[in-house]
Order: sequence, then C-alpha cells, then structure tokens
Amino acid sequence: MKLTALLMIAVGAASLSAGAVRLLNVSYDPTRELYQNINAAFVKQWKAKTGVDVVISQSHGGSGSQARSVIDGLQADVVTLALAYDIDAIAEKAGLLPKNWQSRLPDNSSPFTSTIVFLVRKGNPKRIKDWNDLVRPGISVITPNPKTSGGARWNYLAAWGYALRQSNNDESKAKDFVARLYKNVPVLDSGARGATTTFVQRGIGDVLIAWENEAFLAINELGKDKLELIVPSVSILAEPPVAVLDKIAARHGTAAVAKAYLEFLYSPEGQEIAARNYYRPRSKEIAAKYDSQFPHLTLFTVDEVFGGWQKAQKKHFDEGGTFDQIYQPGR
Amino acid sequence: MRGAWFQRYSILPGFWGSLGLSMLYLSLIVLVPLSAIFLKTASMTWPRFWSAVTSPAVVASYRLTFGASLGAALVNAFFGFLVAWVLARYSFPGKKLVDALVDLPFALPTAVAGIALTSLYSENGWVGRRLAPFGIHVAFTPLGVLVALIFIGLPFVVRSVQPVLEGADREIEEAAASLGANRWQVFSRVVFPIVRPALLAGFAMAFARALGEYGSVIFISGNMPMRTQITPLLIVAKLEQFDYAGAAALAVVMLAASFVLLLAINLLGSYSRKFMESP
Repeated sequence: MKLTALLMIAVGAASLSAGAVRLLNVSYDPTRELYQNINAAFVKQWKAKTGVDVVISQSHGGSGSQARSVIDGLQADVVTLALAYDIDAIAEKAGLLPKNWQSRLPDNSSPFTSTIVFLVRKGNPKRIKDWNDLVRPGISVITPNPKTSGGARWNYLAAWGYALRQSNNDESKAKDFVARLYKNVPVLDSGARGATTTFVQRGIGDVLIAWENEAFLAINELGKDKLELIVPSVSILAEPPVAVLDKIAARHGTAAVAKAYLEFLYSPEGQEIAARNYYRPRSKEIAAKYDSQFPHLTLFTVDEVFGGWQKAQKKHFDEGGTFDQIYQPGR
Repeated sequence: MRGAWFQRYSILPGFWGSLGLSMLYLSLIVLVPLSAIFLKTASMTWPRFWSAVTSPAVVASYRLTFGASLGAALVNAFFGFLVAWVLARYSFPGKKLVDALVDLPFALPTAVAGIALTSLYSENGWVGRRLAPFGIHVAFTPLGVLVALIFIGLPFVVRSVQPVLEGADREIEEAAASLGANRWQVFSRVVFPIVRPALLAGFAMAFARALGEYGSVIFISGNMPMRTQITPLLIVAKLEQFDYAGAAALAVVMLAASFVLLLAINLLGSYSRKFMESP
C-alpha cells in the first residue's frame, strides 16, 4: 500500500529547468504504460506550442486508495481513475472540483474506454466461451475483491448485467447467478494486478476476469503460447474518467496546462497512443484504424443498466449490499 | 507529601523532568493518533456503530484474527523457547548464522514474506504440492493465515527468552540436581520459573504483532468473506469505499480488545514475577 505513495518520475530531473511547470497525475493501477507514453508526447507538444517545459509525475495504485490519498491531501493536478464513483468522492468529500465535473469534458469525461474479458489457459481446456460457463461446477474463477478493487467492481457488474439480460431483468435470478459465480472463486485478491499475478504466475484458476487492456498486456508479456483471450457475448463498457482538480491546479498555477493535458487525451495523437495501449479510443477515425485489434461484442453501460455509479455502489458494494449478501452463511 | 504516590528510589535527579518528557513523548506518538480514531467514530450513532462492528462478516473476521493470532503466539511460545534454549545452551558450527537468521522476519517486508509463503504453500507450490495429496491445503485457508502469523512472530519469543536463559545462574540447576531433583524437576521447578516472565512477555509481543499484521496475511489468506478475511483487511476495504467512520469503528474494537488482552497478559507476567520473588 505504501507503494501507492511512491511517485514515478516520468521525466528525468535533467529537464528540470527554472521555468518548468510541474504536473501530478494521480491514476490507477494498469495505466502505468499508457501515461508514460502520453506524457512523453504531451511534453513535446507543449514545448513546441508554448516554449514551456512541463514535468509530469505519475502516481499509481488501486483507484479507491488513490482517491483517498487525494482526499487526504495528495497534491494532484489531475486525476485519471478507474471509475466515476471515486472522482465523485473527491468532489463530495474534499470539494476540490465541482460536482458536475463529469459533464465538463466530452464522452462523460472518459477519453477512451475498455471492457471486461476473460483470460484462459492456452487451448482453453475448460472450453469457456461466455459468462454462463463461469458458474459451471468445477470451474475456478479468479477475480479481485470488489470491496477493495475498482476493476473488480466492473467485473461484478458485468456478470450481473449479463444475468439480467439472460433472465429478462429478473433481479433475484441475477443475484443467484452472481452468487454461483463467486462460489467458484477460490481467492479474492485485493487488487487487479494481484489477481493477474495469482492467475498467471501462480497458475491458480481456470479463468481470469480482467480488463481488456490488462489481458492484452499479459498475453504480450507472457507469450501467446500460455494464455488465450476469450471474448464473452456481452460485457460492460468501462469508462475510466479524467478530471482537473480545480482548487489544486489554481493553487499551483497549472490550470491551463492541466486542462490542455486532458484535452490532449482526446486529440488524434492521444487517441492513437491510447489505442496502441489497448484502450478503446472514442475518436471514430482512430477506432476505425484499430478496428481489427478490438473484438466486437455487445456492451452496456453502468448508467443504462444500473442507473449510475452512486446507485450501483450503494446497492451492490456498500455494507449489507448484494456482495455481502451472497456470502451470508446458509447459502 | 506529593511524593507519597510516587516511588523515587533513584539517587540521580531529574525524576519529574524525565517523567514529564516520557509522558509528552508517549502522548504525541501513541495517544494522539489513537484518540483520533476514537474521535472519528464519535461521528457515528450508537446503532450504526453497533451494526458496523457486529455484521456477520466482521464477527467472522474477529474470530479468525484473534484465533489465529493466539494460535500463532502459542506455537511460537513453544518453538521459540526451543530455539532460544538451543542458542543459549549449546554451541555448534554456524550458530552465529542461525542467531542472525532469527531476526530476519523482523527485517523482511511482510508483503515479501506473504508472497514467498503463498508461492511455497499454494497447490502448485513446492510445499503445497506435497501436502495436497493428504488433503492439507495451506494457502487460501485459515491454516495459511496461521502459518504467516507464526513466521512474523517467531523473533519476539526467541529474543525475549534467550538473554534470560543466558543470564540464568547454572549453579542453581547444579544445586538442584545435587539435592536429588531429576531432570524434569530441574526444568519445571528451577529453569522454567526463571524464564516464565520473559516467555510471557515474548508471547504477548508475538500475539500483539499478529493482531496487527496485514501485509503477509492478505497474500496467503485468499481473503474470502466469512472464511479467511482478517479484520485489518475489512478496515482497508471500508477505507477504499470512503467509509472512514466504519473503518475507525472496527479499529476501535480491535484496539479495545487488544488492550484488554495485553493488559491481562502483562498482569499475568507481573504476578508470575512476584511469585518468583517470594517463594
């Protein structure tokens, strides 16, 4: 946990000239590689445009604990987190940005999207094709704890949404489906990276429910001879949002550059970098260019199915919510 | 006389100054942060506090946390005593090395310990693979929690017992033997009473350390609700969801329970010491 406080200095101290502007981007776990590339490109572009050097630092960790660090005083100019609920919490508890922050940038303030897919062992020995295969007896499923991991909440809601579609929106059937799925989970890691390690390095489980970009990354790093990506028939549209923290940026005098930094994510160059890091770009042209890279599947949003993050959080993950209920004894 | 309540034996001056400084230091380092926890829970109403600290998953986690900590401290008290005995009473090649090895669990980041233990004990790990045919599963079960807590608690018992054993006067044992005591009697009537207060202190420290352990346990426990979730993990889970008051409420329960238990163990220790002094 203490690692989350460690800041990764993206740009070498050598470029720290007198007139340099500093920017701190507080982000979640799997975006490390993405923002390294984004930062390098943005620094170059900003220098060419304004002649000013920007030094961008990144901080990574679980989305919830990152938001908590910001609430407790981490001086982030921009936040780029896994779910809107976490930025809502910053607006609500620390008042560092207005509550309508999500309408300030296009596409719900999410410059790119992702989804939830499956990772299985090479050759797919358990023949896992879709969500209903995960509840079969004898299948071992790896997913982190939704109470501690933002990514795991997307996983949970994706499974719930699938079950709703299968049962004509029967909530009790959906709950039963998710309860059966979590019966097949032998380990609940506290974060998405931990779950990936359990599945990939320790070889536990038949299937990992994962972010699409994490799944691509794992396959690229470990070789296509060990793992295989499985795309379910339907999944959730994960929209990781970004926002400037107005109060902190104003104090640092970085409001303009912070805004430009986030707008850069929407630019053709930013969108292209996102696509190369396996995030689904919003821009139609870039999306068309990388069309073959991303599998086609039906995607639903949290707003459509769950009425937004606030409602979803309260119903499913808060104390006594459906996640607590499925673990009650006697089930 | 204001001094009647205080015992002032020292011939060196500075009692009030050093007492004042100690109290200030303890307040700043221990009391202020702890009272902040109590203040945080003050924002909750009683029914909310009660439901937060008695929900089924939370109660199950108390059982695991206190049970496994107690079990680990007991195991450590036995084997730690054995290690201390061997180190204090015998000499053998590589003894210095073994001596240094004992402290390693102190220095190792607990997350590293957790990951290493998990890799060893998971079903395709080096040890876990050999235990699985017998139906013994360590990683991702309460047994795994116990193993991790034993690992981190060992040095406490060894380091508190070893100096006492080394300092004990061997001639008393010889006197007991020459007066006709058999070996068991020498151990149980002479050696053990000398070591008992130190053993209790080591036991208390190992127990306290296990109660607060987080890093190593979360890797090996699997964190299954109702089965292998420790209370510190639930505290972190509540923080991740911005439920500060709920997290503080659990912390208060942990603190109060630990305080009572440690106080009881310390009282037992001082009783045992008095028992020693006035036979």
